[in-house]
Amino acid sequence: MADLSINLAGIKSPNPFWLASAPPTNSGYQVQRAFEAGWGGAVWKTLGEPIINVTSRFAGLTYGGQRVFGFNNIELITDKPLDVNLKEMDETKKRFPKHTLIASLMVEHKQEAWHEIVKKVEAIGVDGLELNFGCPHGMAERGMGSAVGQHPDLIRQQVEWVKEVAQTPVIVKLTPNITDIRFTARAARQGGADAISMINTINSLMGVDLDKWLPIPHVDGKGAHGGYCGPAVKPIALNMVAECARDPQIGLPISGIGGISNWRDTVEFLLMGASGVQVCTAAMHHGFRIVEDMIDGLSNYLDARGIASVMDIVGKAVPTYSDWGHLNLNYKVVARINEETCINCNKCHIACEDTSHQCIDIVRDAATGKERLIVREEDCVGCNLCSIVCPVEGTIDMVEIPNDLPPLSWNQRQAALAAGGTCET
Amino acid sequence: MGVSNELQKNFTEVVPALKPKEAIDEANRCLYCYDAPCIKACPTAIDIPSFIKKIATGNLFGSARTIMDSNPVGASCARVCPTEELCEGACVLNHASKPIMIGLLQRHATDWAIKNKAALFQKGDDNGKRVAIIGAGPAGLSAARELARLGYQVTIFEAKEKAGGLNTYGIVSFRLPKEISLWEVEQIEALGVEIRTNTRVGVDVQPEELLDKYDSVLLAAGMGNVPNLHIAGEDLCGVLDAITLVEDTKTKPLTDEMIGKKVVVIGAGNTAIDAATCSKRMGADNVQILYRRTEHEMSCYQFEYEFAKQDGVEFRWLVAPTRIIGENGQVTGLELVRMELGEPDEKGRKRPVAIPGSEFVIEVDFVVKAIGQTRYQAMIDSFGISHKNGVVMVEDGTYRTSHAKVFAAGDVIFGGGKTDAMVVDAANHGKQAAHAIHRALSDQKQRV
Repeated sequence: MADLSINLAGIKSPNPFWLASAPPTNSGYQVQRAFEAGWGGAVWKTLGEPIINVTSRFAGLTYGGQRVFGFNNIELITDKPLDVNLKEMDETKKRFPKHTLIASLMVEHKQEAWHEIVKKVEAIGVDGLELNFGCPHGMAERGMGSAVGQHPDLIRQQVEWVKEVAQTPVIVKLTPNITDIRFTARAARQGGADAISMINTINSLMGVDLDKWLPIPHVDGKGAHGGYCGPAVKPIALNMVAECARDPQIGLPISGIGGISNWRDTVEFLLMGASGVQVCTAAMHHGFRIVEDMIDGLSNYLDARGIASVMDIVGKAVPTYSDWGHLNLNYKVVARINEETCINCNKCHIACEDTSHQCIDIVRDAATGKERLIVREEDCVGCNLCSIVCPVEGTIDMVEIPNDLPPLSWNQRQAALAAGGTCET
Repeated sequence: MGVSNELQKNFTEVVPALKPKEAIDEANRCLYCYDAPCIKACPTAIDIPSFIKKIATGNLFGSARTIMDSNPVGASCARVCPTEELCEGACVLNHASKPIMIGLLQRHATDWAIKNKAALFQKGDDNGKRVAIIGAGPAGLSAARELARLGYQVTIFEAKEKAGGLNTYGIVSFRLPKEISLWEVEQIEALGVEIRTNTRVGVDVQPEELLDKYDSVLLAAGMGNVPNLHIAGEDLCGVLDAITLVEDTKTKPLTDEMIGKKVVVIGAGNTAIDAATCSKRMGADNVQILYRRTEHEMSCYQFEYEFAKQDGVEFRWLVAPTRIIGENGQVTGLELVRMELGEPDEKGRKRPVAIPGSEFVIEVDFVVKAIGQTRYQAMIDSFGISHKNGVVMVEDGTYRTSHAKVFAAGDVIFGGGKTDAMVVDAANHGKQAAHAIHRALSDQKQRV
C-alpha cells in the first residue's frame, strides 16, 4: 500500500485529507470523531473574539435531483470563548498526537491582537496556523476575513505580524472573491507565509422563494450574501490552485480547498500542485465516514500505478497548465460517434446544430430505415460540446487528427508576423 | 451435438449485467444512509452503502474488496440472494421511490474483480496452527478464507471433483454460472488453502486422522441427495433426483431425452423450482410442480415462483404421489391422491391429509424428486458428535459441537426451518465459525 503521509511546509500528516475550518471542526467531540473515522488532520473552526450567530444559516443547491450540488452559509467564526476552544484542542491533540491539528485564526487589524492569539494557540501544541483571510460574510463587514484577503497590503502586514512570533508553519487562507488570486498569494509570500490554502467560499445568494419573495435562507424576512462551496465550486478552486502553483513569484506549498468530495477530486488537486486537501461540504452531506473511500480510492489509485508515495504526484500536471497564448493552433481533434453504444437521443445533433458548428447530421440509412448520426469531420471544429452533452459515457470520443504542420502558438504566430514573416494556421 | 448446443443457449445467465451507465446512475442514486438498514438485513453484514459509494467514485477494486471482505462468496450471492427479502427489501427508498438494485451493483463490482483478475486479499503470517475443513461449499470456503487470512494452514476435504459446493453444482447455470463459483474458489486457494477434491471423509481419509493431525476440524459438509419417496416404482427409468438433475446440467453435455416430454416435479422448494425450470429448458413439453399443500405453504422464494411461471411451469396443489407406473422399466404415469389441509403441525403449518378414494392417474415421462435433502448422518456419527435427526448440535455463538475440537457450520447445523437455508447464511456461518475457532485456539495458546 502506497505511503499516504504528506508534508506540507513542514507540517506532517498521516494522509492528505483534512477537514477544513468550518462547522465540522467546531468542537473537540467532532474533531475526535473525525480522527477516529480516518481524517489525517483538521483545521479548527476559526478562533477569535466569540461572535453571535443568527439562525437559519445554511442553504443547499439541488440540481437535476442531485442534492447539495452547491452549498452556502452565513455562519460566522467560533461562538465559544478562546479558552474553551483551547482546552478542547489540547485534549484532542493529546488523544491524537499523530494527527494534524491546525488553528485557524481571525482577529482585528492589530499587531498585539495577532501576537497574543498566536502565542496562546501555539502554547497548546498545534501543528500549524491558518490565517483566515477568506470568510466573505459578516466578519468582512467588520474589516476581517475577506476584507483583508482582498487587499494585498493588509495580507502582507498581518502575515508579517504573525511571523514575528509564530513558531509553527503559517498557512494563509485566501478568498476567491477577487479578480486575480495570484496578487494576494504573492502578498502572503512577501509577508513570510509558509503555505497558502484556497479557496474560501464565494459570495453567493442561493435562491429566492417564489411564493414568499424572500432570499434563501432568510433571517426574519431578510437575507445577506453567504459563502458558496460544494461540488459546484471545484473548477474555480482548481484553477486558482493551479494558477498559484505555476506562478514563480508565489512558490509556496498549497493546501487545496473547494468542492473536493472524493479521492478523484483529491488526485486532481494534488496533480495541480496541492500538497494536501481540505474538505467540508462532502462531510456535511454524508458524515465523516466518507474519508474511508477517499483513503481507499487514493491508495488503490497509487498502487495500480506503482507509485510509492502520494507526495510523488504533487504538482505533476502543473507544467501542462499554461496561458492561452501558448496553446498549439495546429492541433486538431474531431468528434467520433460510436454507433454501437449510441442511443440516438440526438442531443449531440441539436447542440451542434443550434449552438455550435452544424456538423452532425441525422442521416436515414436507406437499407435499414434507421437514423444514424454522422459527424462531418471536415467541418468539426473540435469544440467537445457533443461529447459533453452525450449521456452515454464513451460514446463520443474526441479524436486527434494528425497533420504535418509544426506546433504553432498564438504568441509564436504574432512574433513571426511582427518579424515580417508569414505563417499558416 | 446440434441439439445440445441449441439447448445450451437456454442455460446462459438469464439476468443481464448492468450496463456501465446503468451502474453509475444507480450507484449515484444510493443515499449512502448512515447505519443503513440494508447492512442489517444482510446476513454477512456487507457495508453496502460503502461498496456502492466506491462504484460511484470509480474505486471498483475497493468496492469488490468491501463486498468480498464481508462475504467470501459475494460474487455468487450477488446472483442468488433473495435480495427483495434481504438488502433491497430493507432499502429506505422502498418508501420514497424504488429500492436500489443492490444485487446487481454487487454483481457489477465483483464482475470487475473477476475480469481484472484482482487479488483482493493476502494470507496472514503463518501462526503454526492447522485446521481441517470438511466440505468446500459456501460455509467451508468462507471459513477457509477467514482462517487463511488469520494465518492458519487450512486443508479442505471435498468429495466432489471441484470445490464450490451448491454454488458450483446445485444452482442452475442460468442463475449462477459455475465460473463465478470457481473464481471464488481460486481466490481462496490463492491464500494458500489446500483443497483436496475427490476425497471423502470416512472413505479416503478417516475422522481419527483429522482429529489427530489438525488443531481443529470444521464440519461443513452440507447435505446429500434427495431422499426416496417410499412409493412403488421409484426404481423405474425416468425417476430422477432434482439435485443430480441440476448437477448434470452443470457438469455434462445436455441430453435431448426430455425434448417434447412430460415432466413432474415432486416438492415446491427452491430446488424443485430449479429442477422444473431446468427440465423446461431441456426441452420438456410440459412441466408440472406437484405439491401436497398449497401456494401459501411453498418454501420457495417468491421470485423463484414467479420465474418458474414465466418459464411456463405449471403448479398443481394439494396432490401427493402414491405410485409411479411404468412399462418396460420406463415411467409412463403417476398415480396421485388429492389432499386437504388439516390441523396445524408442531411448526404451525397445516398438515396435508389424503382424501380417501380420490386417487387418479396422470401420464408422465419423468418424475423428479425434490422433497428435501438427506443428511450425512454416518459421517456425523463417525465424529461422535451430538445431533438431532442428523442436524448437528452446536453451542450458541461458538459453533462448537459436543466434541471440543470439532466445529460445524452451514447446512449441517440448519434444522428444518420454513425456508431453505440460504447461501448467504452458510457464508456467514463459515465466517463466524472461523472466528470462533480462532478465539478457541488463541485462548488455548495463552493457557500454554
